[in-house]
Amino acid sequence: MADDLSSAPPPEEKRTFTINFGPQHPAAHGVLRLVLELDGEVVERVDPHIGLLHRGTEKLIEYKTYLQALPYFDRLDYVAPMNQEHAYCLAIEKLAGIEVPRRASIIRVLYSEIGRILNHLLNVTTQAMDVGALTPPLWGFEEREKLMVFYERASGSRMHSAFIRPGGVHQDLPAKLIDDIEDWCRQFPRVIDDIEGLLTDNRIFKQRNVDIGVVSQQDALDWGFSGVMVRGSGMAWDLRRSQPYEIYSELDFKIPLGKNGDCYDRYLCRVEEMRESTKIMLQCVDLLRKTPGPVLPEKSKVAPPRRAEMKNSMEALIHHFKLYTEGFHVPAGEAYACVEAPKGEFGVYLVADGGNRPYRLKIRAPGFPHLAAMDYLCKGHMVADVSAVLGSLDIVFGEIDR
Amino acid sequence: MSALEDLGAHIRASMTNAIENVAERLGELTLSVRGEQIVTVLIFLRDDPRCKFTTLIDICGADYPERGKRFEVVYHLLSMHLNHRIRVKLEIDEETPVPSVASIWPCADWFEREAFDMYGILFSGHPDLRRLLTDYGFQGYPLRKEFPLSGHVEVRYDPEQQRVVYEPVKLPQQYRNFDFLSPWEGMTHELPGDEKAEKPNEAS
Repeated sequence: MADDLSSAPPPEEKRTFTINFGPQHPAAHGVLRLVLELDGEVVERVDPHIGLLHRGTEKLIEYKTYLQALPYFDRLDYVAPMNQEHAYCLAIEKLAGIEVPRRASIIRVLYSEIGRILNHLLNVTTQAMDVGALTPPLWGFEEREKLMVFYERASGSRMHSAFIRPGGVHQDLPAKLIDDIEDWCRQFPRVIDDIEGLLTDNRIFKQRNVDIGVVSQQDALDWGFSGVMVRGSGMAWDLRRSQPYEIYSELDFKIPLGKNGDCYDRYLCRVEEMRESTKIMLQCVDLLRKTPGPVLPEKSKVAPPRRAEMKNSMEALIHHFKLYTEGFHVPAGEAYACVEAPKGEFGVYLVADGGNRPYRLKIRAPGFPHLAAMDYLCKGHMVADVSAVLGSLDIVFGEIDR
Repeated sequence: MSALEDLGAHIRASMTNAIENVAERLGELTLSVRGEQIVTVLIFLRDDPRCKFTTLIDICGADYPERGKRFEVVYHLLSMHLNHRIRVKLEIDEETPVPSVASIWPCADWFEREAFDMYGILFSGHPDLRRLLTDYGFQGYPLRKEFPLSGHVEVRYDPEQQRVVYEPVKLPQQYRNFDFLSPWEGMTHELPGDEKAEKPNEAS
C-alpha cells in the first residue's frame, strides 16, 4: 500500500474496482458468477459467467429415447417443472400429429398454472429477501409446500414429476385431489393479500425497486424478452392469449400489465398473475368434474396399454415391451413448440430423423436472454441494485445452463 | 392460399437473390438463405411492414456430419405485432464464419456465443466471441456428433495437491449405447407371392 500511495496515479485517471459476485452468493439465485466492474459504488460493467450448472442436457437427450428424455425437462427450471415437460410434449405431438384427449388438456392446464404459482411464489418472495425482507419467503414457502403435495399426489414426486407425457398425462387425478385443489384455491387469495400487505406498500421495498432496472418496450424487443419482462413494460403479449394452446382459449382470465417496466411493476405483475392463475385453476377444477374420459390416447403407439388389458392381450404386452425398450418413433421433420412458462416463452426446437431418438433438441430458455441483458440493465446502477434487478429477472440456473 | 404461404411468397419475391427455399410445414414457415446474406435477410424481416419480426427468439446450431456443409444455423423469429413466427436456416462449414447479427439484436450476442461454444461455428463481426457454457479452458465442441457423450476429462478434488485436478475419463464400466431399433419391421409389407394376386382397386 505504501508503494501505491507514493506512486499515486494522476487524479483524472479513472480506476475501476473489480469484484466477483458469486458463484456462491445467496442473492445470485443459484450458481452465477458475476464479474462486476465498479466505479465507487456505481456499476460500470457486468460480465455474467454462466455454465456452472451446465449438465449437457441437449447432448444427453440425443442419446435417449423420446420418453427417456422427458424427465430431463423437470430438471431445467426446477421451480416449475411441469411447464417444461409441456413444451416438449407439444413439440412431439406437433411432429407426430397426436391428438390429446380433452381431460388430459384440462389437467395439463391445471398443473401448468400450479407451476406458475409455484414459480411466482418463489420469485416474489426471494426478490423480497434480496432487498432485505425475511418474512415473505417463510409465508410463501408454506404455500409452495402445499402445491408440491399436489404434484406428489398426481405424479408420485414433489418436483421431478415426469407427469405430462406425449399424448396426454401419465395418470388421471383422483376425485379427492381435485376437491383439495379447489379448497386450496379458495384460501390462497388471502395468502396473497397477506404477502402483499408486507410488500406492496412497504417503504423499503418500494425504495429498492421503483425505477430500478427499467426496461422500455424497444429494449424488450431488442433483447428478446418474453413473459413478465415484456408485460411489465406494458406490452400485452401472452402466448396463452395470443397463440393459445390446450384449452386456454376457453378460459376466462386477465393479463396483468405494468406501466413503467421497472422491478416494482414486474413484482406487481407477478402477484396479479398468481390471482389470475388461481381463477384458471378453479375453472379447470370445474371442467374436470364435468369431463370424464381418458387421459392418454387409447390404442395409440405412444401411450402404454392399460394394465388390465395386458393381462389378457398378447398384443398389448408386446406393445408395452416395445414402448419401454425401443420407444415410439417420431416422423422425420422439425418443429418448434413453445408455452408461456412462468418466466416467459419456453420453447423446444425438435429435429427428428424418423428414429426413436431426437436428432437435435434445442431448449430455448426464457431466462437466457434475460440474463444476457444483465450488463445493459445494470449499467449505471448502484451495486446494491444488482441483486434487485437479478431478483426481478427471475433467474433459475437449471434452465439457463441446461 | 394460407396467410403463411402468402407471407412466404412475399418474402421470396422481395429477396430473390438471398433465399434458396421457402417451405411451409406443420404451420411453420422455414426460409433457407445463403450464409453471407443472413444480415440483409434478417434486417428485411425485421423492418418490412408485412413481416415485422422484431423479436429474435433463438439462434441455435445443428450438426449434420454427412453433409458437405456440416452445420446448420437456425434462427427463430417472432413478431409480437402481427403474431406470427418464422424460422430462418443457413448451412455453413467448419471454417467459414457466419456474419454476426448481434448488431441487429443485442441478445444474439449470447446465442451466437453458445453456438460457437457447442459447435465451433464461427461468427464474424461478433463483439466478444468467447465460450459461454463450458468450463474455463474446455477443449472441443460438445454438441458435435463425434464428441463422445462421456466427454474427455473428469474432475475431482485432490486432497494432496489441495486443488481440483483434471484427468482423462476412466469409466469402471464401458459406456454402452443400447440400440433398440429393431431390424424387423413387422408385417407391414405384403406377403411374398402377394404381388402376383390381382389388386382389387386396379382391377376395377
